[in-house]
Amino acid sequence: MRTIRTSVITENIKDMCIEANHFLSEDMKERLVRAADNETSPLGKKILCQLKENLQIAGEDMIPICQDTGMAVVFMEIGQDVHLEGDFLEDAVNEGVRRGYTEGYLRKSVVKDPLLRENTKDNTPAVIYTEIVPGDKITITVAPKGFGSENMSRIFMLKPADGIEGVKEAVVSAVRDAGPNACPPMVVGVGIGGTFEKCALMAKRALTRPVDSPSSIPYVRELEKELLEMINKTGIGPAGLGGDSTAFAVNIETYPTHIAGLPVAVNICCHVNRHIIRVI
Amino acid sequence: MDKYIGVPICEEDIKQLRAGDYVYLTGTVYTARDAAHKRMYETAVKGGELPLDLSGQVIYYMGPSPAREGRPIGSAGPTTAGRMDKYTPFFLKMGLKGMIGKGKRSDKVKKAIAEYGAVYFAAVGGAGALLSRSVKSSRVIAYDDLGTEAIRELRIEKFPVVVVVDSQGNDLYER
Ligand code: SF4
Repeated sequence: MRTIRTSVITENIKDMCIEANHFLSEDMKERLVRAADNETSPLGKKILCQLKENLQIAGEDMIPICQDTGMAVVFMEIGQDVHLEGDFLEDAVNEGVRRGYTEGYLRKSVVKDPLLRENTKDNTPAVIYTEIVPGDKITITVAPKGFGSENMSRIFMLKPADGIEGVKEAVVSAVRDAGPNACPPMVVGVGIGGTFEKCALMAKRALTRPVDSPSSIPYVRELEKELLEMINKTGIGPAGLGGDSTAFAVNIETYPTHIAGLPVAVNICCHVNRHIIRVI
Repeated sequence: MDKYIGVPICEEDIKQLRAGDYVYLTGTVYTARDAAHKRMYETAVKGGELPLDLSGQVIYYMGPSPAREGRPIGSAGPTTAGRMDKYTPFFLKMGLKGMIGKGKRSDKVKKAIAEYGAVYFAAVGGAGALLSRSVKSSRVIAYDDLGTEAIRELRIEKFPVVVVVDSQGNDLYER
């Protein structure tokens, strides 16, 4: 058994919120550079170059990549041999978010009630998912999620007879509807299978996978590739103003499902696909 | 071809802008997003006075991140315009001439843009750090309690945008 103070979690989450909003992962940067090099639309190329410059300014001047610094989504894989000491875990996470968003000059974008809509002024609460795993470590993923793209995400309860063609149609139609609203080039997270909520969660999780790490399941890998090609043929392009670079990647996660169902969730993320992983 | 125009925007400038034009804006714009739109709309329909005279003005759909010391503003890119569609025809009727945001507008809004001779620009979404460099000053003029959603007066210099819906109702996204 290993004891971890919850204050360590708070401290890490604070730093991760700030870091995620100023720096993108290497795989995301690499895709952006490649897209800027290969884009054939002159306006599209100009926009991709601006996005590259934007990233550079964000890191150098410590100004968030995007003003929508998101709602903080936090995944924690907690080893079953870990003993937590200190505050209640959820409070520790929210304290980290509070400090990160306050001390890091990040925007407070969370309202306390979906209909009464009063801003909580510290970006809490986070959306928190915990999972118990083997071992004595905690893996934390912080993924601040912007809502321009979140709002364009969709869930489809397909019929088994719709099959793989139905899945392709669902994903491409979600991307088409999202268009310029989702700040393309996008990253498309897809969940297939499970139940209604399981498949939505898989789609979100898929966004935290690097964009250069295809699925380990051969047919899923093929599907990811084919969907990416289909999406980049839509012509939506950077900022939705036309071009070849509509998405950087399609990441798919799957799970067993019921004999009567084929749930498909499409969680769309913009080019500011933020996620930081730390193991403590 | 790149164009340079001043804001607030005059009728001649609006008339010559076409969907697809790349434009640099210099002058004064006002920020307002969801909550400020709702409040202005509810005030106006009740016959109340708005915190600013909209006629001839340009609204930037934007809620910035907080400014660090010594800087005019934090990250300052556009938010999705479509969420304001419900209120837009009303404000266009009141004299609003331009909007800066990102994403699609409804048919009703596009019709109103053509009817009242206005223009909808898109700024690049997710380029808030870069765009902040074109913002020279920022001052909250109303609805301070709304935090990032307060109405701000921004002085902008060569702020880069693309015309998406022009005064004839052409929509760049539909091409
Ligand atoms: S969708 Fe992404 S890039 Fe666009 S405004 Fe929201 S967070 Fe920023």
